[in-house]
Amino acid sequence: MMLEPGIEEKTFYLNLGPQHPSTHGVLRILLEMDGEFIANSEPVIGYGHRAHEKMAELRTYQQYLPNLGRVDYLHALAYNHGYCLAVERLAGIEVPERAEFIRVITSELNRIASHLLWFGAYLLDLGAFTPFLYCFDDRENVVDILDRVTGSRLTYCYFRFGGVRDDIDDEFIAGCRAFITRLRSRWQDYDDLVTKNVIFINRTRDVGIITPEQALKYGVTGPCLRGSGIPYDIRRSEPYSVYPLFDFEIPIGERGDIMDRYVVRLCEMEQSLRIIEQALDKLPNGPIMAEKVPKRLKPAEGEVYAAVESGRGEFGTYIVSKGDTKPYRIKLRVPSFSNLSIISELIKDTLVADMVAILGSFDLVIPEVDR
Amino acid sequence: MIVALIGVIALVSVNALFLIWMERKVAAHIQLRPGPMEVGYHGALQTVADALKLMGKELITPDEVDRPVYLLAPIIIFLPVLVLFLVIPFSPNLIIRDLNVGILLIFAFSSLTVLSILMAGWSSNNKYSVFGAIRSIAQNIAYEIPLLITAMSIILMVGSFKLTDIVAAQDKVWFVVIQPLAFLLYIICATAETNRAPFDIPEAESELVAGFHTEYSGMRFGLFFLAEYTNMFVVSAVATVLFLGGWRGWILPPVVWFLIKVYAIIFLIMWFRWTFPRLRFDQLITFAWKVLIPLAFVNLLVTALAIKLF
Repeated sequence: MMLEPGIEEKTFYLNLGPQHPSTHGVLRILLEMDGEFIANSEPVIGYGHRAHEKMAELRTYQQYLPNLGRVDYLHALAYNHGYCLAVERLAGIEVPERAEFIRVITSELNRIASHLLWFGAYLLDLGAFTPFLYCFDDRENVVDILDRVTGSRLTYCYFRFGGVRDDIDDEFIAGCRAFITRLRSRWQDYDDLVTKNVIFINRTRDVGIITPEQALKYGVTGPCLRGSGIPYDIRRSEPYSVYPLFDFEIPIGERGDIMDRYVVRLCEMEQSLRIIEQALDKLPNGPIMAEKVPKRLKPAEGEVYAAVESGRGEFGTYIVSKGDTKPYRIKLRVPSFSNLSIISELIKDTLVADMVAILGSFDLVIPEVDR
Repeated sequence: MIVALIGVIALVSVNALFLIWMERKVAAHIQLRPGPMEVGYHGALQTVADALKLMGKELITPDEVDRPVYLLAPIIIFLPVLVLFLVIPFSPNLIIRDLNVGILLIFAFSSLTVLSILMAGWSSNNKYSVFGAIRSIAQNIAYEIPLLITAMSIILMVGSFKLTDIVAAQDKVWFVVIQPLAFLLYIICATAETNRAPFDIPEAESELVAGFHTEYSGMRFGLFFLAEYTNMFVVSAVATVLFLGGWRGWILPPVVWFLIKVYAIIFLIMWFRWTFPRLRFDQLITFAWKVLIPLAFVNLLVTALAIKLF
């Protein structure tokens, strides 16, 4: 709006972020506006860059563990899992079955917490304040359960090479079962309050459509990809841990719009509950740590890639080892980064209000994008 | 007249303080939490403390603003609101000026808030503010038309612009029974008129940060805030007069009945805010022009026909 006199321009720039209520972190999006429509846009990232990958080269394998919980703080246990999986494959460590079960249970609980937070924060983006507090009420239960066994409430560092740090007890199991019952009783409320709300449907139906081709072209993964109708979930397509033992579905959408991504996430929470239920039923006894894992891990020369399904999509760890106690190079393939790359194409010629809705539907974690 | 003015200013301030407290309590209980509890009984003095804090804050004027307009805007939003109280009939005796164009005066002066919002948005030299202002104007124009038309259908039935006459005409049955559609339309339009959720597009915080008042701080922001809540009171008071029989009631004194009805409508408007997500801007305008205005016209025509026939 503040144009130089004498220069005629049809468009103007709007700087969204790095501090803006709906970017959920220090993301900046430069918008070239034509009235209220977005003519062009460019996400600018890196404000929260902490050199996580470089840090790996300066630390031993064990010392790098706490970093992972801080890359994606919302689904930290998936990141624990992904990194431990890669190192275990590299060093040939066998994980006892009970430990694998505990990993699956805690990781799925964490996924539910992550999705619940997205649900609340997204409705906040759309201007509905109340669901946010309902979700946090539910999420508080998960966080309490995880707090008991892992010792922290957000940036977990619970998995170890060859197992987990602490065993779960009866109280943990009882807590999980109570939570499963509680959350199941809430679906109806969420449906009535949000999913069937006509304003919500108008805001999300047929908005921000990602076609399957686009999704594949940009490497979109997670609920955003499944919302477009491609049933790609690492837990099923490249099974790791003990996921093959459980019976669960991969929910997919049809149109690839925001509504589909929303429904996919809600269904995923229910599937996570099913996994937890089965895992609690089948939970074997036994050790929770592999024997003889050396304190100073020194894997042989080689390289490895391991991927897990985080709340946002495929999280991959690529490790190159030169036979030292420190990794030679670690590359983290983070889902939010790839998912963000599609945003410019998606928000072209939409309104600012739609842009906020679309951006929110990706469930971006900005520290993960910046690393 | 000076007594009346002092009375109005006192009422406006106390009402705003009470409404902000009420809003926080309503929101809190809808969201399963207690809300403010510390200052006073159940946090009753919380808003007083907040108001004192707001007055103590530094008034920041950004460098590049259009100073006269920027400074005038918060005052201009507040003055018409004071005028509105002149004609509201709280009880048969408690009315400052019983003008014979009372309802017209209310609609005329409440439209002036748009001017202030435009001034605030334009002078702030901030793109988010301009967006907020532009949206606000489009929204207010779109929603004032059905608001006036629904009020017209009541005026047709009464045959007078005088607010006391309108109340007097409801001695047998309240107009909400005869005109339920008009009441519904009025509540929707009133919510949009006062920029309340789900129609709070001009200050949609997830898109426009704070809309037209992004650059205002301290008591200048406080005046916008005060005006919003006072406007809410005024539209609810008008709804009470038009549809709910004004001060009419049993046993309790008339002024108590009037306030009960006003706060019941305000509670309804608050309930909307804490339940619904926000509409998109174009959906909002489409809704006004394609749904509300035709419905309001149909309602007016049916009313006119019914009056002619019976």
